[in-house]
Amino acid sequence: MNGKQRIRMLSVYLVLTTLAFMFLVPVVMMLLGSFKPDDQVLVQAGRLGSLLPAEFSWFNYQDVFARVPFARYLFNSAFISFCIVAGGLLVNSLAAYAFARLQWPGRDWVLLVVVALMIIPLEAIAVPLFYEVTLLGWRDTYWVQIIPFIANAFSIYLFYSFFLSLPRELEEAARIDGAGPWRIFFRIVAPNAKPVFATVAILSFLTQWGALLWPLMVTHSEAVRPLPLGIATFYSLPPLQWGDIFAFGVMMVTPVLLIFVLFQRWFVQGVATTGVKG
Amino acid sequence: MTSAGHQPGNQNARLAWLFALPALLGLLIFVLLPFVLSVILSFTNLRLGSPLPLEFMGFSQYQRIFTDQAFLAALRNNSLFALIVVPLQTGLALLLALLVNQPLRGMVLFRSLFFMPVVFPLSLVAVVWILVFAPGPQGLLNQVLETITLGTWQPRDFLHDPAWALPAISLTSIWQGVGFQMVILLAALQGIAHELYEAARVDGANRWQQFVCITLPQLRNAIIFVVLVTTILAFRLFDQVQIMTQGGPNNATTTVMYEAVNSAFGSQQVARAAAMTVVFFTIVLLITLLQRAVSRHERVIE
Repeated sequence: MNGKQRIRMLSVYLVLTTLAFMFLVPVVMMLLGSFKPDDQVLVQAGRLGSLLPAEFSWFNYQDVFARVPFARYLFNSAFISFCIVAGGLLVNSLAAYAFARLQWPGRDWVLLVVVALMIIPLEAIAVPLFYEVTLLGWRDTYWVQIIPFIANAFSIYLFYSFFLSLPRELEEAARIDGAGPWRIFFRIVAPNAKPVFATVAILSFLTQWGALLWPLMVTHSEAVRPLPLGIATFYSLPPLQWGDIFAFGVMMVTPVLLIFVLFQRWFVQGVATTGVKG
Repeated sequence: MTSAGHQPGNQNARLAWLFALPALLGLLIFVLLPFVLSVILSFTNLRLGSPLPLEFMGFSQYQRIFTDQAFLAALRNNSLFALIVVPLQTGLALLLALLVNQPLRGMVLFRSLFFMPVVFPLSLVAVVWILVFAPGPQGLLNQVLETITLGTWQPRDFLHDPAWALPAISLTSIWQGVGFQMVILLAALQGIAHELYEAARVDGANRWQQFVCITLPQLRNAIIFVVLVTTILAFRLFDQVQIMTQGGPNNATTTVMYEAVNSAFGSQQVARAAAMTVVFFTIVLLITLLQRAVSRHERVIE
């Protein structure tokens, strides 16, 4: 390695470290702040040098559980996300398979409509959907946060593109052995499509886990509200105690961070796939 | 098998419908129907709990929202937000992707670090950044700026300052979202054939020339995609506003979605909110069509 290359390498690391530092500061501030007494969080937030708490205490964490039903929010978020992801994987992959491999009248037209639906974001339909579920009497339930989000045009599209790229021979062999479409799908296609299942699961999990707008519109009791709404209401709940808020934040993000660290490769691959669409 | 043997085509078609039915029903009831409804409702006077009979109102909801100062401010804010966030976030994402793509040790770690905020729910990010922007010398950003400028910086209340509130929200959004864009651009970077660079090197092109003549053109469609997605996200802006500023100060950070939600269930004006979401959808549609046109243009040139 010559001198010029070494300087280049050092400058790359220097820029990366500086940027990494800027990315980490808010997270570190939250983590350390969650162990500080409330009156010290604000006083010390401004001083980079005094980010470290003078003494570690779990008091804020106990306080969160005393002030709001954190465990309930966590369960709600996990339950709602799980149902949407699991239901979505099943329903959307089946539909995509019907588009990719089965013959039925009207297929190509319906596919065209599904692809067109991809560009409608939730925000564009939130108001009439709100009106619709009000008429159905679904407001303030788990179902209202789950059922409308199981079928997803983009998930269908991701599955569809993947199934098209699978070699047909696998399915042909099974068909000759007398297997019907159900068996072929569950025994042959699905096991060979793990990457796309992972991608769809991660993308829909990320969207649902962070959802705020819809739960804000359709829920009002703590019993069914998810974490993002939990922290929004906790923040507006007097007295404003930053230590508690940070403890809430740390507990809220830790499970997702763990999942992220464990399945990092899938996360990155999943996101990268979305770019292929254009 | 024998009974179905007469019409295997028919039976398969029925089975195929069965595969597709749950998803299609879901899309029909929870996407297509509300979408059609939002267009229809926007031409009425629907207001939840109102004693007035439902009436066709023509374009009057649209006339009203386009003369409403708050809604016009919302459109302006969304556009301004897009103008700030799209170039900055795309540029930063490209820089990060190029850096992380270097064949050096530890790049996976840096990649994960920059991607990490993507898994943070926006609501949490918004709450944490309220403290970053805290007023006075206690705020993290104020303190940092004071240190950098050797004490000449006058601490300010970013989120309550009409000039600073929207840029502050922009910074928050970039921090949370740039990793997503970085990963997409990184994948595109890694898809560029090495031969192109080797050929350029043989021709004596320096790094900058290689970047301009190979990397950028090869990334063109990925960049267009990233710009499109970021622009649409900019028009969807809601969570940060709801938590950090509630549209204030003085409508400086209100957005189309924030106005729509407030109309829909703040004042129960469903029709008015529907008109706003139709405007929102039209913007999204135009951006998407623009991206399609630009990308196709590229393919024709190739």
